[in-house]
Amino acid sequence: MVQFSMHNAWLVPLLPALSFIIIAFITKQWKKTSAILSVGSMAISCFIASLAAYGVFSNYTLTEEPMVYSVKWFSMAGLNIDVGVQLDPVSAMMMFMVTLVSTLIFIYSIGYMEGDQGYSVFFSYLSLFGASMLLLIISSNLLQMFVAWELVGLCSYLLIGFYSHKVTAREAAKKAFITCRVADFGLLLGLISLQLIFGTLDIVELSGKISNFEQYTSMGIMTIIAILIFIGPIGKSGQFPLHVWLPDAMEGPTPVSALIHAATMVVAGVYLIARTIFLFAEVPPVMDMVAAIGGFTALFAASIAITQRDMKRILAYSTISQIGYMMLALGLGSLTASMFHLWTHAFFKALMFLGAGSVLYALHHKGDIWKMGGLLRKMPVTGYTFMVGCLAISGVPPFSGFWSKDEILLTAFDSGHYILFTMAALTSFMTAFYMWRLFFLAFTGQAQHEVQVKESPRTMTLPLVVLAFFAAIAGLIGTPWAPIWQNWIFSVHPHHPQANTMIMLGSVVLALAGMYLAYNLYYLDRSKAERMAEKYSFFWALSYNKFYVDELYLWFTHTIVDGGARLFYLFDIYIVDGIIVNGIGSLTKSFGSRLRLVQTGSLQSYALVFFLGVLAVAVIMALTDPSMALGLMGGVE
Amino acid sequence: MQMDFSVIIPEIAMVSLGVLVLILGLILPKKSLPRLGWFTSFSLIGILALVVLNWNNVGTVSGGLYLIDQFSQFFKVIFLTAAILVVFGSMAYVDKHLGGQAEYYSILVFSTLGMMVMASANDFITMYLGLELMTISFIVLVCFRRNDSESLEAGMKYVLLAGISSAVLLYGLSLIYGIAGTVLVVEVGMILAVQQSLPLLLVGVVMLVAGLGFKIAAVPFHMWAPDVYQGAPTPITSFLAVGSKMASFAILIRIFVLGMFGVSLSWGILMAILAGVTIIIGNLVAIPQTNIKRLMAYSGIAQAGYILVGMVTASQAGVKAIMFYGFIYIFAVVGVFTAISYYYNLTGSDEIKDYAGLSQRSPLMAATMVVSMLTMAGIPPFAGFVGKFYLFMTVVENYLWLAIIGLIMSMVSVYYYLMVVLVMYRDRPQDSSPIVVSLPVRMTLIFTMLVSVVLGVYPGPLSEIINKAALSFFMH
Repeated sequence: MVQFSMHNAWLVPLLPALSFIIIAFITKQWKKTSAILSVGSMAISCFIASLAAYGVFSNYTLTEEPMVYSVKWFSMAGLNIDVGVQLDPVSAMMMFMVTLVSTLIFIYSIGYMEGDQGYSVFFSYLSLFGASMLLLIISSNLLQMFVAWELVGLCSYLLIGFYSHKVTAREAAKKAFITCRVADFGLLLGLISLQLIFGTLDIVELSGKISNFEQYTSMGIMTIIAILIFIGPIGKSGQFPLHVWLPDAMEGPTPVSALIHAATMVVAGVYLIARTIFLFAEVPPVMDMVAAIGGFTALFAASIAITQRDMKRILAYSTISQIGYMMLALGLGSLTASMFHLWTHAFFKALMFLGAGSVLYALHHKGDIWKMGGLLRKMPVTGYTFMVGCLAISGVPPFSGFWSKDEILLTAFDSGHYILFTMAALTSFMTAFYMWRLFFLAFTGQAQHEVQVKESPRTMTLPLVVLAFFAAIAGLIGTPWAPIWQNWIFSVHPHHPQANTMIMLGSVVLALAGMYLAYNLYYLDRSKAERMAEKYSFFWALSYNKFYVDELYLWFTHTIVDGGARLFYLFDIYIVDGIIVNGIGSLTKSFGSRLRLVQTGSLQSYALVFFLGVLAVAVIMALTDPSMALGLMGGVE
Repeated sequence: MQMDFSVIIPEIAMVSLGVLVLILGLILPKKSLPRLGWFTSFSLIGILALVVLNWNNVGTVSGGLYLIDQFSQFFKVIFLTAAILVVFGSMAYVDKHLGGQAEYYSILVFSTLGMMVMASANDFITMYLGLELMTISFIVLVCFRRNDSESLEAGMKYVLLAGISSAVLLYGLSLIYGIAGTVLVVEVGMILAVQQSLPLLLVGVVMLVAGLGFKIAAVPFHMWAPDVYQGAPTPITSFLAVGSKMASFAILIRIFVLGMFGVSLSWGILMAILAGVTIIIGNLVAIPQTNIKRLMAYSGIAQAGYILVGMVTASQAGVKAIMFYGFIYIFAVVGVFTAISYYYNLTGSDEIKDYAGLSQRSPLMAATMVVSMLTMAGIPPFAGFVGKFYLFMTVVENYLWLAIIGLIMSMVSVYYYLMVVLVMYRDRPQDSSPIVVSLPVRMTLIFTMLVSVVLGVYPGPLSEIINKAALSFFMH
């Protein structure tokens, strides 16, 4: 059974893909059948993935020596692309995590999307997303991975804009798609350069060739390639400065936010770098850049999260911040710590998003946390599981987030980058503060709303409980005393940082301090918080308005991009063929006059452009070919 | 000299079909004229089958003036496929708006024949004959909406500007002939390979580029495209965008890659600059368009720029990339235009804002447009991605800037395609009654969409066929 799963891991993405096709073309009319198909296929995938993961771990397969099964995709003129499955500890872990979280979120959606018009469509998109994400994970070739990378982007676009009657949802979907395209362009350019220099995009072959890249190219080129590739993850994983799409993406249905914009797709960027870590490892400056951007994003997003009012937006900024942690760890060369945080984060962040969804479901989609209050009593399951999530993300032992965050702090400290370490520690404090601010405002105190609140249906609370369980214990496999994780997932050598009691204690103290501050401001006396906001109104406004990054981009697109396009358009229309285009509308009905207008007006100018073009081409030819130019000037011999 | 007529059976069949349709139009009662569309399309399918079955039956006719190799066979498959899809897609349109079925289908067959001659022509005279057969047929087709002034105006513009471009092209061909002393492309290639660069050659190249640049709508010879595309009957617009463009690429490849390989360094950079400018202008000017046909015209200009990228290196890889992308391109373009013309049939509008809520009225039409547009934008997993990947890979080494322009502008193109998608999927329709799509149109839409998806996911077999076809091209 285990052997079968390992040899047939391609089934894992295939099953959700099949369910997408079946739902889209056959069972669209029958809502329940569609939901069952979608959940069922993902559950079977989860089963296969867990067996495969078990196999990989019990065999102690190395990341450097993965099992690869591949077939030819296409080949032309020195361009051979194979596609296949690459199983190693990293992909096995991801595969297991993604299928597990997906299954739970799919089940949750059964209840959450109840009564929605596009019920079946929603599940077909979810299945398509699941298939693409899993394809991305198992890819043995970077081009294959890029295809999946674009596919998940497409699904994300479809799902963010799912509530298509909302203008904000449409705009958010467009913003997400275009922002990610900007980043993907960098990635694609990087991949093309790799193909060109090394003649392959196969991950295993590349890692072999890159380890002695001096035979192929110079350090400078490698640096550029690494930066280009890193641009892709900056967009996909919402790192500064391309983070702007992620908070807006919260316009999508909450299960989507949980699945795509918290647990799986947004960490694809981290995963891509983890996959190509052999490349980044060759260029230390880029590694430092990854770490710096990660560390800065972590702090930056956390400082925005502390003043936001919308529940899902706070979680979105928190996601950006946590992914910053993962990037930081990767940039410092620790695959172990980064993947560990990715693993624990998936559980507690999915949990909190689903919890938020449950709250929104009860409050008829009013997301302002200042208008909640007192929900813990009314919705005990949601409330207490959310509390587990908050404990985990704040880094309170023995919950999962503590262990993975500790690993990252330790890595930062050991690497000697004390600035980055300080940033990470500060982020840790802020994280505890804003999460508990959210918790106290939403779940405790007096109710600030007039809705009859009741606990969500069983299909929604069950996934919450399961996720809470994982959020609580998922970190226990990587403690300093039982470093199972560290022996599984590593690059080159197992990573065993010495347990540093000072850092461990320090991070607990920071978490507790953040929690206490939130308790003080938002539990004991909420007016104190408002007074603080007034006192530091400049910083408050800066944080609340997200440092005005969105406005900056808006200005840029409006003036530069749109302006540029308009300029070209005006040139094409008004200067060159302006007369006719304006003319068409006002032409008289009589034929003769019309034809006359045509002949006198634009045709001459079109012909003129044509011959000017001929002239331009001749000039280009003459300029680019010196021998001809000389001949031309000297006359014909 | 023995002539092997078996190799030109498809061409003979085309001539017969064109004449037969015209005669049938005279004999048949008026009521059954609409059936001519079915007749034409099935006959074309038969001829396509003939070409495919005779895939390996290669040879020359008329002492090498007319050449049948796998390269030309491949292009013939492209033209015939496009013609079949266009006929399928235009039946409803022709019956409702145009009338004159016999003339319409017959001329369409003759223009396809012109393209086939272009693909096989191995000398300048035959090339020019094919080109003119195609162009003159198109002139008639463009102003086929003879009661509509917009269509007549488009036809008028096309006839005059095409005349200018033909004159320029002919002049260029005669200059090359003056240098080489032969009209056979292969011999021209051999002579130019050992020839010193001459200013005369420069002028000839410039004229050729301008004449053919007009046909493929490359900037700065593109001015006619938006007006003509907008004014022509929509199915003809799609045939113009696909057939005329790819046929011109066929002779562009034949003349430049084969005939002027020896001086490829001098025209390579020229092609690169033209491609870059075409890509930039086409994509940027597409953004502010409000008429879907004009949008597609500018998008088509941009696509011509992408395909030109394959010419730059004059290499086998480039030729393959052009063939691959051209094959994908027909399905994307025909898919979009079939939907456009069917929608025009119902609403009488080509304005993008009138596409509001199309996804609710006809999910199939909306989906086809989305898939086709994403293919043209080069978003995986649709076929256009693989095609663009090939094209840009050929220039990355020597013309990195061109690849970068191509990639940036592909990104820009996503923007205006998405605008259309947003209108179709997000806005509410004014009239929300569902659209019933007629059978031939439905077949065309589903078929084009499937090809765009399947070739994106599984391009292997096509790439191998093209490998062989391109090999045959370089064998001479």
